[in-house]
Amino acid sequence: MASLKALKIRIGSVKSTQKITKAMKMVAAAKLRRAQEAAVQGRPYAERLEAVMASLASKVTVSESSPKLLAGTGKDQVHLLVVATSERGLAGAFNTNIVRAARRKAAELEAAGKTVRFYIAGKKGRVLRRFFPNGIAADHDMSAIKTVAFDDAQAIASDLIRRYEAGEFDIAHLFYAKFQSALVQEPVGQQIIPVAVPTSVETANDGGAAVTYEPDEESILADLLPRNVAVQIFRALLENAASEQGSRMTAMDNATRNAGDMINRLTIQYNRTRQAAITTELVEIISGAEAL
Amino acid sequence: MLHFELVTPERLIRSEAVHMVTVPGSEGDFAVLEGHAPLMSTIRDGELLVQRTAGGQPEAIAIRGGFAEVNAKGLTVLAEHAG
Repeated sequence: MASLKALKIRIGSVKSTQKITKAMKMVAAAKLRRAQEAAVQGRPYAERLEAVMASLASKVTVSESSPKLLAGTGKDQVHLLVVATSERGLAGAFNTNIVRAARRKAAELEAAGKTVRFYIAGKKGRVLRRFFPNGIAADHDMSAIKTVAFDDAQAIASDLIRRYEAGEFDIAHLFYAKFQSALVQEPVGQQIIPVAVPTSVETANDGGAAVTYEPDEESILADLLPRNVAVQIFRALLENAASEQGSRMTAMDNATRNAGDMINRLTIQYNRTRQAAITTELVEIISGAEAL
Repeated sequence: MLHFELVTPERLIRSEAVHMVTVPGSEGDFAVLEGHAPLMSTIRDGELLVQRTAGGQPEAIAIRGGFAEVNAKGLTVLAEHAG
């Protein structure tokens, strides 16, 4: 039986933990709202770019001379897994889920005899070092980023494209958590290089008139491809930011509730112990008095 | 009036009806009025000149990287940076 003093200290410590988790939950809720807004505001650009890419791709035939970003390297031996995680922990299973999805894909590819390399974006992806000590191609430092800007995505994209041009890998996949709600974040993996051109073309209605291209279709497409990679990454980073806050909010809400339950339990135990001590004392006094 | 939209990856900056927009195309500047023929062009870094009314003072918006599309709905400029 724990002493009264020990119980009191314990209750105090759980209470201060609860204060912290409660504060973290509220901060995450506020940040979540902002992250969600950013994700919504980034949508028009991505949608329009996608529509334009689709209409361009339907006019251009993929051949040997097509840009490598569209046609691929002609091989699929080396796969690069870009794993986007958060910089901070205490966000429930958020980072674990993304890393697990990436590891599953890696195992699948390795079983098929492919070479797998990792590109880590975000501190919490570094656990991959432990599982693949020789498979880390790069570790992109994102610790200085507070709110994701397009430039951050572009930095990653241009680094990836440079490596791709240098022949370091043939196919790149991007792993992040898709934001569904504050409770549900789904880890997803998608191919970003070579660019998967949307094929379901709902040919934009140009009123039947022929579109003039300045310069020609191929040049515009070549210009758009790297941009598309950056936009995909930017979208992933925005989704990730929202997912991280959502996940943290849920995790901290649970923690706060658990701390509350624990305080109740400890308080009951404290009161029982106190009552037991009083009873014992009374019994001692009464039996002492009777003995006289 | 011409429906004009300026979009960056971060947000939709403008969506309004204007008189005329002059776009710094990669193969030369071009002005877009209502009813312009469908066109798609990459843009060079420069300034968009937006004229709200005919003969009005044009407003300049600096843009960097991207492309412009003119279709039946109007003019859409997708830029990486604007403002």
